[in-house]
Amino acid sequence: MGMASQLLRRALGSRSSQIISSANPSSSLSSPATATARAFSSSAADLIRATLFPGDGIGPEIAESVKQVFREAEVPIEWEEHYVGDQIDPRTQSFLTWDSLESVRVNKVGLKGPMATPIGKGHRSLNLTLRKELNLYANVRPCYSLPGYKTRYDDVNLITIRENTEGEYSGLEHQVVRGVVESLKIITRQASLRVAEYAFHYAKMHGRERVSAIHKANIMQKTDGLFLKCCREVAEKYPEIKYEEVVIDNCCMMLVKNPALFDVLVMPNLYGDIISDLCAGLIGGLGLTPSCNIGEGGIALAEAVHGSAPDIAGKNLANPTALLLSSVTMLRHLELHDKAERIQAAILNTIAEGKYRTADLGGKSSTTDFTKAICDHL
Amino acid sequence: MARRALPILRQLTARPTPRPNARSVTYMPRPGDGAPRPVTLIPGDGIGPLVTNAVEQVMEAMHAPVYFERYEIHGDMKRVPEEVLESIRKNKVCLKGGLKTPVGGGVNSLNVQLRKELDLYASLVNCFNLPGLPTRHENVDIVVIRENTEGEYSGLEHEVVPGVVESLKVITKFCSERIAKYAFEYAYLNNRKKVTAVHKANIMKLADGLFLESCREVATKYPSIKYNEIIVDNCCMQLVSKPEQFDVMVTPNLYGNLVANTAAGIAGGTGVMPGGNVGADHAVFEQGASAGNVGNEKLTEQKKANPVALLLSSAMMLRHLQFPSFADRLETAVKRVILEGKNRTKDLGGTSSTQEVVDAVLANLD
Repeated sequence: MGMASQLLRRALGSRSSQIISSANPSSSLSSPATATARAFSSSAADLIRATLFPGDGIGPEIAESVKQVFREAEVPIEWEEHYVGDQIDPRTQSFLTWDSLESVRVNKVGLKGPMATPIGKGHRSLNLTLRKELNLYANVRPCYSLPGYKTRYDDVNLITIRENTEGEYSGLEHQVVRGVVESLKIITRQASLRVAEYAFHYAKMHGRERVSAIHKANIMQKTDGLFLKCCREVAEKYPEIKYEEVVIDNCCMMLVKNPALFDVLVMPNLYGDIISDLCAGLIGGLGLTPSCNIGEGGIALAEAVHGSAPDIAGKNLANPTALLLSSVTMLRHLELHDKAERIQAAILNTIAEGKYRTADLGGKSSTTDFTKAICDHL
Repeated sequence: MARRALPILRQLTARPTPRPNARSVTYMPRPGDGAPRPVTLIPGDGIGPLVTNAVEQVMEAMHAPVYFERYEIHGDMKRVPEEVLESIRKNKVCLKGGLKTPVGGGVNSLNVQLRKELDLYASLVNCFNLPGLPTRHENVDIVVIRENTEGEYSGLEHEVVPGVVESLKVITKFCSERIAKYAFEYAYLNNRKKVTAVHKANIMKLADGLFLESCREVATKYPSIKYNEIIVDNCCMQLVSKPEQFDVMVTPNLYGNLVANTAAGIAGGTGVMPGGNVGADHAVFEQGASAGNVGNEKLTEQKKANPVALLLSSAMMLRHLQFPSFADRLETAVKRVILEGKNRTKDLGGTSSTQEVVDAVLANLD
């Protein structure tokens, strides 16, 4: 465990040095996209490079919205745009190319729009490829009520942190005999410590007071028991942060009765999947929920978790809020807190004001009008 | 059963006086139906003794034809004593408070043991809005039917190498089929319109796939009942945004646990939702949603646990024992108390003690 935490510390600690190093990019790594971007930018040396996957469907429109807001807010980021290929790259067994993945590995930070995996065999789903290849072990979703956008819950302010590599989603299943199927849930000490360490680190960095480990160790004593044991070990190193354990069924009930009871939640894979979507439901759905994936070596890939909505693609109707708020989490990861704060405030104020809202929030604005309103609020 | 009483209550709210008699007039008992029936009673841990005592008081006041065989068992016991199992096997019906499951103490959950020993394969939780009780959501009337014997609760776990632990989720055709059958049969008998299967078959393709396959097969035999499927994470999101879309839900073990508690939470809390576990031969009635069914120390000490869930579960039990008129009387009295709003426990925004709620129920019995 010492190793895992050290690795993580080192990775997180090296963030600043890595930003500096990316200011002197080796030419061999630059793609045509960055070359052009740099050509138009006079102060390229101060820029942080980040990979951008606009994605499918409404993806390009909402990505454009992010780019516009970032330009307006003068965020020192240059985007390296990557699109999903139209044929399978044999090195990744997926439509995502090796170059795209390499770009995230080098930049260590990226933003991703919705991606629709083409139907067919012989390739991995796009999200799975990203998760496996980049070793994205934690999914972080800040969940807060948007002032002015009324849901039945208006006191939500919590963070869900989900272990993303093992657990119930190990993919190990088999038929024992006809009519009897087994599915394996794997919990490892290494992965549990890693996600627990990140959760506490996050709580500390973001001034959060409490971390709750969500489990079902009363039934799954060994697997969830191991998860809890790892959380406790990490908790001891953070005496300033309160640590508690909540059984998942009770957690569900408490969340819908009074979501204000929670601060930071850390969970194994399946529970995290369910709880993070439940929390998204509390504040108005996936269209408003930011998300960020943390990978080995300090990689952060922020993403919009909603679908690609092909039915409204290209019609200038999409709501860019989730991707915008995700880009804010990316900025926070880069410790560009001023910019993050400004952009987040502009988004929230625009929605609260209610003059410019997209159709899914009961308004009539187009994506571009909404984006412009945010820029005006900066 | 909640449905049946709803029209009565609507009337009640519309015209508070004169109070219509809750007693059904079309019931003709068999000779001998009034002979008292034995019911196994397990007061359990925490708030258990408090709320089971509430039921005893109300049953006595109604002169309900049941008597209790009481057994003290607690969550920290190694296993359920044989005499308790014998008693339930003989009586076929049991009423129980919660049994505390210690976390990580190497003790198996007695609740799970009881279900397995007696093959209580279906767990049923009825989550509905009670008139007069304000909640964040309206028009919630959901019945969660959960497979209770296998899945994630198989109890098969081991350490593969140090630091790597495996837990087996077992799904069988046999158990999936019988829970699907029970769900559709329930929907049919209770005039429900839709059954929704909850799953994660996009990830657990074989295990949850087998569960879905079984549900689909049974669904074809009930053409009058609509059938659909929903992924568990989306299901929870929908529950907190549009719960009115759900009717009967059928789920594998773990998802049912989460879905039932979420549904109970949105409809008014686990303190008011009735439920039970049922198999081919036996039925155990308890507070529907498991979360907090043993409460906390403060609640027990101050004697302020909410007895409503278990009282409604007892109404369920009375109907199960073929005493529908007693069930109606009990249910109506409880709902009147909720509607009046004068005697409510803390979880419902009141300050009443358990006994105060019980007294109010007694006063409202027809």
